[in-house]
Amino acid sequence: MTDSKYFTTTKKGEIFELKSELNSEKKEKKREAVKKVIASMTVGKDVSALFPDVVNCMQTDNLELKKLVYLYLMNYAKSHPDMAIMAVNTFVKDCEDTNPLIRALAVRTMGCIRVDKITEYLCEPLRKCLKDEDPYVRKTAAVCVAKLYDINAQLVEDQGFLDQLKDLLSDSNPMVVANAVAALSEMNETNISGSMLIEMNSQTINKLLTALNECTEWGQVFILDSLANYSPKDDREALSICERITPRLAHANAAVVLSAVKVLMKFMEILPSDSDFVSTLTKKLAPPLVTLLSSEPEVQYVALRNINLIVQKRPDILKQEMKVFFVKYNDPIYVKLEKLDIMIRLASQANIAQVLSELKEYATEVDVDFVRKAVRAIGRCAIKVEQSAERCVSTLLDLIQTKVNYVVQEAIVVIKDIFRKYPNKYESIISTLCENLDTLDEPEARASMIWIIGEYAERIDNADELLESFLEGFQDENTQVQLQLLTAIVKLFLKRPSDTQQLVQQVLSLATQDSDNPDLRDRGFIYWRLLSTDPAAAKEVVLAEKPLISEETDLLEPTLLDELICHISSLASVYHKPPSAFVEGRPGLRKSLPARNDIGGSSIPAVVTTSQAAVIPSQESLIGDLLSMDLSAPPTTYNPATAPSPSVDLLASGIESLLTSDLNSVPATSAASQSSIGLIGDIFSVPTPSSYVPPKQIWLTAESGKGLEITGTFSRKNGIINMEFLFKNKAMQPMIGFAIQLNKNSFGLTPQRPLQVVNPLIPGGSQEVSLPLSTTGAVQRMEPLTSLQVAIKNSIDVFYFACIVPMNVFFVEDGQMDKRLFLSTWKDIPAQNEMQYTIQNILCNAEVVVQKMTQNNVFTIAKRNVEGQDMLYQSLKLTNGIWVLNELKIQPGNPNITLSLKTQALDVAPGIYQAYEAILRN
Amino acid sequence: MEKHWKSVVSRSVCDYFFEQQRKINNPEDIPPVIATPHYYLISIYRSNMYFVAVCMTEVPPLFVIEFLHRVVETFDDYFSECTESIIKENYVVVYELLDEMLDNGFPLATESNVLKELIKPPTILRTIANTVTGKSNVSATLPTGQLSNVPWRRTGVKYTNNEAYFDVVEEVDAIIDKAGSTVFAEIQGYIDCCIKLSGMPDLSLSFMNPRLFDDVSFHPCVRFKRWEAERILSFIPPDGNFRLMSYHIGSQSVVGIPIYIRHNISFKDIGGGRVDITVGPRQTVGRTVENVVLEIPMPKSVLNCILNPSQGKYSFDPVTKILVWDVGRIDISKVPNIRGTINVQAGAPLIESNPSINVKFTINQLAVSGLKVNRLDMYGEKYKPFKGVKYITKAGKFQIRM
Repeated sequence: MTDSKYFTTTKKGEIFELKSELNSEKKEKKREAVKKVIASMTVGKDVSALFPDVVNCMQTDNLELKKLVYLYLMNYAKSHPDMAIMAVNTFVKDCEDTNPLIRALAVRTMGCIRVDKITEYLCEPLRKCLKDEDPYVRKTAAVCVAKLYDINAQLVEDQGFLDQLKDLLSDSNPMVVANAVAALSEMNETNISGSMLIEMNSQTINKLLTALNECTEWGQVFILDSLANYSPKDDREALSICERITPRLAHANAAVVLSAVKVLMKFMEILPSDSDFVSTLTKKLAPPLVTLLSSEPEVQYVALRNINLIVQKRPDILKQEMKVFFVKYNDPIYVKLEKLDIMIRLASQANIAQVLSELKEYATEVDVDFVRKAVRAIGRCAIKVEQSAERCVSTLLDLIQTKVNYVVQEAIVVIKDIFRKYPNKYESIISTLCENLDTLDEPEARASMIWIIGEYAERIDNADELLESFLEGFQDENTQVQLQLLTAIVKLFLKRPSDTQQLVQQVLSLATQDSDNPDLRDRGFIYWRLLSTDPAAAKEVVLAEKPLISEETDLLEPTLLDELICHISSLASVYHKPPSAFVEGRPGLRKSLPARNDIGGSSIPAVVTTSQAAVIPSQESLIGDLLSMDLSAPPTTYNPATAPSPSVDLLASGIESLLTSDLNSVPATSAASQSSIGLIGDIFSVPTPSSYVPPKQIWLTAESGKGLEITGTFSRKNGIINMEFLFKNKAMQPMIGFAIQLNKNSFGLTPQRPLQVVNPLIPGGSQEVSLPLSTTGAVQRMEPLTSLQVAIKNSIDVFYFACIVPMNVFFVEDGQMDKRLFLSTWKDIPAQNEMQYTIQNILCNAEVVVQKMTQNNVFTIAKRNVEGQDMLYQSLKLTNGIWVLNELKIQPGNPNITLSLKTQALDVAPGIYQAYEAILRN
Repeated sequence: MEKHWKSVVSRSVCDYFFEQQRKINNPEDIPPVIATPHYYLISIYRSNMYFVAVCMTEVPPLFVIEFLHRVVETFDDYFSECTESIIKENYVVVYELLDEMLDNGFPLATESNVLKELIKPPTILRTIANTVTGKSNVSATLPTGQLSNVPWRRTGVKYTNNEAYFDVVEEVDAIIDKAGSTVFAEIQGYIDCCIKLSGMPDLSLSFMNPRLFDDVSFHPCVRFKRWEAERILSFIPPDGNFRLMSYHIGSQSVVGIPIYIRHNISFKDIGGGRVDITVGPRQTVGRTVENVVLEIPMPKSVLNCILNPSQGKYSFDPVTKILVWDVGRIDISKVPNIRGTINVQAGAPLIESNPSINVKFTINQLAVSGLKVNRLDMYGEKYKPFKGVKYITKAGKFQIRM
């Protein structure tokens, strides 16, 4: 009597047979028939034709039969929505059954039937069940809300289920709380808007922590995961949460342990790093992580991927535990590779001997992939732990002696890296390497060997022969090898020009004439021209000292690492990618580690939307405009002498330097001509006293500029508006790659040329830069009118700030109006367009006023003396063609001057008044 | 067999899994997490079956893996073993179980005590009774334990003989290098219980030397605060068999290796190699080492082994190339030895790497860490239970590099 008999019916009229059985009077027969139907369903057969017959069996007292029918319904309701409606009545009735098991079952099943029409009927029973007296029903109903949300989110919000769910968070039964948390976090996850449906506060957190101790292991995972999304108010709260979570590390369920680790890792960021608590916590974290490694291989794998992150973030935690990562020969390959990775990360001077002897052991294993990785690991150890380099090299030599083909090839690739890290130290082994020349058949190994020969050509007597031997099959080689061969031969030629001329010509012609590969051809031509025009320069270029390679090239970027730490235990931590990169339909909600906050009280939200990741500018409009602008303007000046500091990514920096050096000549000359013009201008402008320039103001503080402080002002010289900057680098690193962008503004200000900051701006250094502006840019009215929004980019970040342009820089040189025109215009402008201001405490007579204003392109048209008062009539014109007519009343002995101005565009009036005041007060 | 808890996922998603499966030689080597364009396949491999969970959204993979393990454990518990044919034979129960265990991706009831109250495990007697009476194996009442403060224990337990047995099992994981020195050794211990006590007994178990533990993890029934404060395990046990705690003794303490192996293997001789292995006990406090089995995966080019064991039997599988020497008990008076020649395929490349020996053994009445249970007390019930503690030391992943 087993269930396997249900699988055996495969005859033709099967469906028909089942139909008659389903309609049988005998209960027993009915049940058997439903079982058969389910059996067919589970193996993927289509039994949807039986829908009405199965639904008919639904009204029964037999719980098992009821369950089976429900199972069937869940599967097929979608394809038969009309029929499913028939079942609704039974559901609604079952929701009021006296047996809580049936009530729960009904509400559970209804939620699983993903048919829109049913959801309408679901609301009422669900509402009741959420308040059911039996906690079993309540916890089932809580899950049902999440199901409903998945089908129709709007409905859930409209019907107020969210609030009911919130109430369940403080339910007396911990299981109900756990399910409510689970439902809420799932809904948060799928929520399109990306905002949290329910904000956590310390009160709810407290309730969750209480429930944590009493609910099932799965509930604990849900609670811990939502705790991880909470950002504590201050140190003390974080501390107390950590304390209450720590016992979870001793849970038997690995998922609970890892979720607890996540919360602790995250909250440790907030706590002061030197506190006792953090150091005890660091000690407490190690054993559970180690224990995870003794469970099933699948668990080990996930644990190892997470440990990889943890080790990068806090190496202290596991530095004593190197041995647990030693590989056993029957570990699955995916575990082996992960363990190896972590071993290298943990390698230090203290344990390098152990690690090396292990790695050597692995290098003789059978699994090729693993052996290769082990050999690479030895090389990485050499580069990471300098003291061990010698031992690593001798280990590698031992391995080369084994003559196992792939071991030798892999070893040569890593030895090349070791040479690059420690130049002129281990060249004695080159001869051993050369012995294995013939066995190399992988491009990477060949390329590495060729590189070594080229680099040390002067020490290898028969370097020319060796390279020549490679040259024979040049056409068939991989591009990587061809490029290396080309470079190596050129190096050889530069070192031993006498006897290798033929060789170099051969390779150059092969590369330039017989190759279709543009990279190879271009490199060939570059070398050719270099060699033919200036061999000394060629020597400098080709044999230049190379930057040392850095220790660990595969470290995750710190920001990504921090984000991933927030995702410990999730899929993201397995892939080492942020969830937004691979989970479909996720809103751009990204998590970031909370920042340690010394000034207690204010808390930093743990969840920041991506669009706000940068420094947040004050005005909304600014965000939109500035973010869409192109900030990748090439750095305009480039000084080859001060090359960028040894960069991790060689390729990228190479390209960058190539690009910039290409551009080098043009901007440099333009800069020179610019400055000479400026100089001439300066000389000529000596007789005319310069116009008013407001003192420099701080535009960007070093705090918000990540060390870059910008002060500045605006001036008008020779009809050109200049933006005068003073850049100060108060950061620890040099800054390069300055660029500027102005937002659309009222007067269409736009840079005439790119920002020219001599690179790099060294730490502690400062530099004055003048940027000529034109008024031909896009115009958009700003509030206030003279406000200008600026974005400055450098190698560190992009910074936004706003500044006020003094009005007087817009006064153009041809602002002098004809006397008669002035009069008629004055009359034409209606009286309501007249503004009157009082400029107080100015001790100037009319003469001085005239002189000062003229310097600033405000021209006096007429001067009258009326009843002892001096009346001045002045005109000015703005860059956008707006005329402003002014009347000044100056009484001798009275420090106040009355300014009346008339213009068609009254908006500029306040700015004019401020300009007058500033100029006269100066 | 498939079961869906949210929207229906097409079977074709499994193709990605099968594709991975084709790529690898060893069934255990399939990666536990596979990404497909729309779903994530999280799988475990147990008793020659893959259990694959298909997820659509970001989930903690350990959560899924642990749940799958729980599913397998539950099947084991219900059907006493978990094989393909057993699952086929009991698919209705399996289906009902799965339905009880998970709802909308949230685990529901995973404690076997609770499940057994909801769905009675099939026994021949019950199946017959059900057919006769027309009753089913699905309970119509709500399991009481599910919502109580002790969800792991069912109520109304009654036994005529009240017994509580504790097995302290320690597995030694070790890597020993060529020279016989220990590269790495640690102990994975666990305490498995078989508790058949009536009512609601409240037990407390104390140890002579609880300082030994590096790391512990407990069954949810253990009161953690009490452990923190007094190092006493205090708990209301589930009914039947369960794992009370597992512990880890490792890196910081010295682990005694209860067995030594002297070995000599060479493939260099023309026409074959020689092997000579001796096994002996050490630091076993007078206990005998039993069930000793040595497993040596030989290199591919080995054709056959002709050996002469001083005791026990040996076999060599020419397909898997695994040499197994079943030693049995080790008598201290004469240490077991095996020696002989190895036939290597002519013309095959030289074998550079030596194999590892995988060792299995059991020592009864000894916990290699020296852990000792001090006493077991029972509160809450009146009767006097029968108590028993058993110690076993076993080889876990015990490897010797040759």
